[in-house]
Amino acid sequence: MATKSGRNPKDLAFEKASAFFAFAVLSLTVLLFAVLLRESLPALRKFGTSFLVTRTWDPVLDQYGALPFIYGTLVSSFLAVLIAVPLSVGAAIFINEFAPPWLKNPVSFLAELLAAIPSVIYGLWGIFVLVPILRDYFMKPVAKYLGWIPLFKGPAYGPSMLAAGVLLSIMIVPFILSVSREVLATVPQRQKEAVLSLGGTRWEMIRIVIGQHCIPGIFGATVLGLGRALGETMAVTMVIGNRPEIFFSLFQQGYSMAAVIANEFAEAGGLQLSSLILIGLLLFLVTFVVNLASKWILTKMVARASRGI
Amino acid sequence: MKWAFHLCAFLVILPLFLIFFDLLIKGAKELRWTLLIDLPHPVGEPGGGIANGILGTVIITLLTMTWSVPMAVMCGIYLAEYGRGKFASAVRFAVDTLTGVPSIIMGIFGYILIVLPMKRFSAWAGAAALSMIFIPIVVRTTEDMLRTVPGTVREAALALGIEHWKATLFITVRTASAGILTGILLAMARIVGETAPLLFTTLGNQFWQTRLDQPMAAMPLQVFSYAISPYEDWHDKAWAGALVLITMVLLINIGARFLTREKR
Repeated sequence: MATKSGRNPKDLAFEKASAFFAFAVLSLTVLLFAVLLRESLPALRKFGTSFLVTRTWDPVLDQYGALPFIYGTLVSSFLAVLIAVPLSVGAAIFINEFAPPWLKNPVSFLAELLAAIPSVIYGLWGIFVLVPILRDYFMKPVAKYLGWIPLFKGPAYGPSMLAAGVLLSIMIVPFILSVSREVLATVPQRQKEAVLSLGGTRWEMIRIVIGQHCIPGIFGATVLGLGRALGETMAVTMVIGNRPEIFFSLFQQGYSMAAVIANEFAEAGGLQLSSLILIGLLLFLVTFVVNLASKWILTKMVARASRGI
Repeated sequence: MKWAFHLCAFLVILPLFLIFFDLLIKGAKELRWTLLIDLPHPVGEPGGGIANGILGTVIITLLTMTWSVPMAVMCGIYLAEYGRGKFASAVRFAVDTLTGVPSIIMGIFGYILIVLPMKRFSAWAGAAALSMIFIPIVVRTTEDMLRTVPGTVREAALALGIEHWKATLFITVRTASAGILTGILLAMARIVGETAPLLFTTLGNQFWQTRLDQPMAAMPLQVFSYAISPYEDWHDKAWAGALVLITMVLLINIGARFLTREKR
C-alpha cells in the first residue's frame, strides 16, 4: 500500500483535496478584501482622507463624505454597549452564582434565543413597538424636563439614535452574556472559597475575586459586543431615522454606515456607488480591528487563567 | 445586592418575551392559510400572501448550501486532521475574519462579483453573498466537532489497517456527524433570516420566480419592504410574514440543538 515516500497515494489525494477547499476559503477572504478595495478606488482617489471628515452627502452635486455615517455608527454602537454590558454581566453573575440549578439552563437558553432572531424582525418590532414606547414614555417626558441638556434636546419624533442604541443593545446582549459567563467560569473555585472562608459575604466574594480577576475578560466581551453592533444593518436602518446629518441630541435622527449602504446601494452608480463601497471597506476594516482586539484580549485572559494567576 | 443580579437577568430575558408576544398577537391577525399559498396583493386589496417569498427563501438557501456545505466541511476536515503550520493558521485567521464581517458587506461582495458582470440582480448573487456567511460558521463547528473525537478512535481505526482517508471520512467524521450537522443547521437558520446581503443581490420580486438568473423574492426582504411601507394593511402582513419567518428559523435552530443533545 505504501509508496516510496511512505504515504498511501489515496491518503495523499484526500489530504490535497481538503487542502484545496481550505485554500478556496482563504482565497475567498482575500478576494473579498481585494474587490472592496478595487471598487472603492475611484472614491478614494477623488476624496482621499477628507472622505472621513466631510459632512456632505449629496448625490446631486456628486459630493460624498462619510462623517455623519461614521458618527451615527459610533454613537449608536457605544450607546448599545453602555446599556448591554452592565445588564449582561449582571445576568451572567446571576446565572453562574445565584440561580437555582433548575433555572440556569432555561435562562441561558432564552438569552441564546435572542441571538437567533433575524435582525429584520428586531427592526419590525423596533418600528412598531419599541420606538412608540420610547417616544411616549421616555423621550417626551425627558425632553420636556431635561431638554436643556443638549444630549436630551427634543423634539422627540421617535426614530432616533437612542432607539437604535437600545435596539442594538438587546441584540448584542447574548454575545456579551455568553462570553462573560465563560470568563466568570475561569475564576478558580479555591479563590472564591478563600474569600467566603474569611467571613466574606457572597457579594464581597463577587466584588473582590470576580472584580479583580475578570475585568480584562469582561472588557474583551465588551469589545466583542461592540464589533457586533458596528456592523448591524437592518434593525438600525429601520429605527435610526436615516438622516445624513450630525445632531448632538440622542433624540434626533441619525444615519449609520451600514444603513446608508442598505438604503442607497441598489439605485447607486458611478461615484456614489464607489463611495458606498468605500464606506463598506471602512466598516470591514473597523470590525476587523475590533474583532481582532477582542480575540487578543480574550486569549490573553484565558492564558492567564490557565496559569492560575 | 442580590436583587440587582435578578433584575439584570430579568431585563435581559424580557425583550424576548415582548417580541414573541407581539409577533403572536400582531402576526395572528393576517395569519391565514392563503398567506402560505398566494402571491402578494396590491395595497388595499384584502388577502394575498408571501408564498413567492417562502419559495424564494427555500430556493436561495438550498442553492447556497449546494456548494457551501462540501466546501466548509472539507475545509474543517483539513483544519482538524491535517491543519498544522503556517498555511492552516492563515486559513483559521481568514475564517475568523469572515465570521466577524458585517453581513451587508457580503451583499456588496455578491453585487460586485455576480450582479455587475451579469448586469442583473439574481438568485445566484444572493446565494454567493449568503455562502460567505454560511461557510465560516460551518468550518468552525466542523473543526471543533472533529477535535472532540478522541485520538484513540482514530488510532483504533488505523490499527485495523483501514486507509487513513477512509478512517477520517468513515470513522472520525462519522463519529462527529451529529455535531457537524448541528453546525450546518445553525448556519442554515442564520441565512434563512438574513436580509442585508439580499437587498441588492436578489433584490426581491412581486411574482413567482424560479429562474436562478432573475431577481427573486425572499421572506426577510418581504418583511422589510412591508414594514417600511406607509400602508396599514401591509404592516399587518409584515407581522404575519415575520411570524412565519421566525417559526421557520426557530424550528431549524431548536431542531439543531435537539440533535446534539440526544446523541450525547
